[in-house]
Formats: sequence, structure tokens, C-alpha cells
Amino acid sequence: MSDLIVESCGASTTLQDAGRFRYRRYGVSTAGAMDLHALARANALVGNAHDTAAIEFCLMGGAFRIDGGSALIAVSGPGCIARIGAREIEPGMSARMEPDDRLTVGPVRDGVYAYLAITGGFLRARDMESLSVHRRSGIGGLPLVAGDRLPMADNPDQPLRRLPPETRHTPEPIRIVLGPQNDLFTPRAIETLTTQEFKISAQVDRMGCRLEGPEIEHADGFNIVSDGIVAGHIQVPGDRQPIVLLRDSQTTGGYPKIATVISADIGRFAQSPPGSAVKFRLVTRDEAVEAAKEMREKIDALATLARPVEDQSAKDMLFAANLIGGVANAFDFEPRWLD
Amino acid sequence: MAPRVLDCGDGAISVEFGDRVDAAVNARVLALDAALRDIDIPGLIETVPTYRSLLVCFDPVATDINALRALIFSLSATGEHGSASARRWRVPVIYGGEFGVDLAEFAARHSMTPDEIIAAHSGAIYRVYMIGFMPGFAYLGGLDPRLETPRRLQPRLKTPAQSVSIGGAQAAVSSVEAPSGWHLLGRTPARPFMPARDPIFLFGAGDEIQFEPIAATEWDQLDAAAARGEMVASCETT
Repeated sequence: MSDLIVESCGASTTLQDAGRFRYRRYGVSTAGAMDLHALARANALVGNAHDTAAIEFCLMGGAFRIDGGSALIAVSGPGCIARIGAREIEPGMSARMEPDDRLTVGPVRDGVYAYLAITGGFLRARDMESLSVHRRSGIGGLPLVAGDRLPMADNPDQPLRRLPPETRHTPEPIRIVLGPQNDLFTPRAIETLTTQEFKISAQVDRMGCRLEGPEIEHADGFNIVSDGIVAGHIQVPGDRQPIVLLRDSQTTGGYPKIATVISADIGRFAQSPPGSAVKFRLVTRDEAVEAAKEMREKIDALATLARPVEDQSAKDMLFAANLIGGVANAFDFEPRWLD
Repeated sequence: MAPRVLDCGDGAISVEFGDRVDAAVNARVLALDAALRDIDIPGLIETVPTYRSLLVCFDPVATDINALRALIFSLSATGEHGSASARRWRVPVIYGGEFGVDLAEFAARHSMTPDEIIAAHSGAIYRVYMIGFMPGFAYLGGLDPRLETPRRLQPRLKTPAQSVSIGGAQAAVSSVEAPSGWHLLGRTPARPFMPARDPIFLFGAGDEIQFEPIAATEWDQLDAAAARGEMVASCETT
């Protein structure tokens, strides 16, 4: 059996899968990957199920070695470049690591979260049915630190795989559904939330994201008897500055929640770096469900889209190859991989 | 009276029976919770009972939301769903001193002696309204109104696990070390949350709790037993 050894990493580097469910009634947060689509991409490239646990990086990358056999790895995340030794791993492609190879994962330059997946995943004991780390409670373990050894599943001879590049996130508004307590806000508050621009403040982590911008005014007070919380809820405390709750949020809370970020957009929202601007757009519940279906289809499609490199036609290879390295990227031509 | 069903994005709804801390409202929440747990509903992931509402989490792709709403209304209309029999916990507590650093000041504030506070606090039967905030943290109702006390102006950044405390009209048993602005009256050796033990969590919404004052000299023995995985608190079904 082989291990992945952490040589260095940022303070918020954790193991995450799709999350921990069915324990919310006991006060246990779901945790789970902040960007499920990015997690699914890394997993698809190494032939894993989309929700297999991977290492999640927050802004900073890290350095790793393996001890034992070889491993098939993949890194995904906006603007995140990884290298094995001096060789850059082509974005959207898996790579093989041999013993003594050194993997360095660069910072997440165009977002916040990146993922390192490994064929078969990591062999850790599940904690309440999940490998996701919830830092505040210690459920699922602790963030990774230099010296940690992560046992890896034996790596069968999986082929290298390639995915079409992630279409760049256009700064489209984040879609929200009103509720559950929109009736505790003035009509102007809802108008402000859905038309004005907000800034991601420096106070952001896996638990929640405090926004800066125009005030969201309550209709009458801001204390409610605590009720349930889900990721995406936009709660507004007494200072009238909204907080978007994320995967590590507490399970219950006592501030009114004006609206909720739809599930299809929560990962995209989480990838907004501190200081960046964000706008919200109101959609109906039906539109939100439709978007959830599209996102699910997009994630499901990754498994077939991530074809072994050997199977690709010469034309595909030509498109994928970096023919004019250092000048431009062949991917910029947007080959239609789905055809 | 039909509950309000409020959207929480596309993956959850909040079924709201009231806006106050009220045992009758909480009973309706727990009845619906129990009823939903008896039915196999495609796409349903989990439910979370709170003081006044039931959070229902589901897979937006696999769930027929209109059918789910209709089911919730019909189950709520029947009202008297046979809720599970209540569990009554007897929870040992060491009050005051290093175990309850706020007891003396709390007593002075209410012009009572520490013993009177302990008698009032341990004389009540509390209802577990919900578990939230932290894993296993129990929010309790049933506090003697004489003990109601606003939260501290300056929350403490760290309060010990298993603290027995008061915040406003609420009482609580905490589970893990956490920041808190509540008044710390005592501490129990019983662990509401212990990952290596079966059961992992002692208390559930709808349970009842009675506190039993014990002497500080009993701490070491009970704490050691709890650390070995014993429940320490006793439980009977009523």
C-alpha cells in the first residue's frame, strides 16, 4: 500500500467529499466540498465516482510526495496549476506520479477552492458516513499539516484522461430564491439585494461569507426564534450586512434569512475571492430546480467526457496538444468535445 | 391550523408551525418529524426539528416537491400523530466553583443564594426543544422564570464542553468547547456527544431532562466512566 505524504500546504487544506448527511438533527454540519463541480472534475479525470473524497485547497496550494507505488492524480480548480517535478500538468488532464516524484499544487489564482483527487480515493475511516472534515467540531478529522500520510487505494492501471477545459466563469449574477423569512424585510431590502452590487469581504471561510454593500433593512427587528439552516441561506444580522452561509455553517440560527442561493450556483459563489464583486438575481423555485437538474447532468456527463487519452482520435489529440506552447492555448479554440 | 411552508432554496423547505418557543408548537414539529420518518419518500435526505419548524432537506432533482408539500399538509392536518414515547434523562451536574464559574455572581444578581439557584435549576423538568449550534448541543425549555437572565455582554471565546448554562429564557447542556455568552452554572460529566460511543449522541429533540446535583468529589470517578464510553446519565422511557 502506498501513502501520499504532505510536505507542505495551506492552513485550510482538508479532505472533503460530497458531505455528511442525516446528522443535521444532532447539530452536525454537512461540510463537504465547497465546489462540487470542481470536485467532480478532478474525480472524473482519475476514474472515480464524482463524490469521492479529495484534498480541498483554499487559495494556497501545497507540495506532496508518494511513498510506495505509483498513483494517478488530477487537480482541478480555477487557475490552479500543478507540476510534477518541473513538468507542468496540462490543465484538465490527469497525470501519473511515481515514487520520489514531487507534486506541487500552485495557488488558486482565479478562484478560492481547488481539488487533488487520486484514483480510488484515500483510505481513511469514515466519520459518520463521510470523510469530510468539519474543522470546528473535529468531525472527520483535522486540516492537513506537513508530515501527514494519507493511505491511498491501490492504484490499478488506470489510463490518463483528459477533459475539455472548464468554460471560464462569466460574472453572471448568482441566482437566489426568496425565503424563508423574506416577509421580515422591507420591499426595498429585496430590491436592494437583487439590483445592487455587493463585495465579498475578508471575513469568509467554509462556514460563511460576510458581504459588504448597501444595507438590507429589516421590516421589524432581527431576532427570530432559531430555526434550521442550509448552505446558501442569506441571513441578515442587526448590522444589515448579509451573510451567505456555506457548507460548514451551523445547523440552526436566529437571524432572519431573506433568500437562499440556489444549489446550482453555490459552488460558483464559493469560488468568488475576497474583494470580488457579486450580484444576485431572483429566480423562481421552478427555475432553481431546473438549474439543479442541469448541474446534475453536467456532473454526470463528466464521467463519459473524461475519456482515456488513448481512445481519442487524432483530431482530438491535435486539439488537445499545446501546439504553440507559451504563446496561446489550443483550448481557446473551444473544440466541441460533446459532438 | 395548517403550517406555513417556506422555501429554503431548491433543496429544502421549512415547515413552520409558529414563531414562538412553545411546547405545543414544538410537539407539532416533532409529530410531523415522526410521521415523515415512517414514510419512504423518494429524494428525502433528512429532517431537522427546531423549536417551531421542521427543516426538510431533499434532493431537488429526485423529489416531487408538490407531492411532498401535499403530504406534509395532510400529515399536519391529522395533528395527533402518535409521537414516540418520551425519554427522561437524569443528568448529574456539579454546580458552582470551577465547574460553574458564574453561579455566585448569578445568585447575587437574582438576590438568591447559590443553593436556591441550584434548587430552582434542578427542580424543573426540561424539554429538549432541539439540538443545534454544535454537535449534540441541547436547547432546553422549562426554565424557572426567576432564573431568566440576558446573555453576558461579553461572550467568552471558550466555554468548557458539557457546560450547563442559561441564556435568556433558555437553558442548555453544551457538548463541545465553544464560544458562548451564556451563564455557566455547572458542568456534567455526561457527554452529550461522543464519537467513539454508541450512541454517539445522548439527547434528541422531544426528550426530557432532569438535573441531579452531585458533589464535586464525584467528578473524577464519573468523568473517567464517561471517558470510557459509559453514558453516566440515566435514561428511562415514560
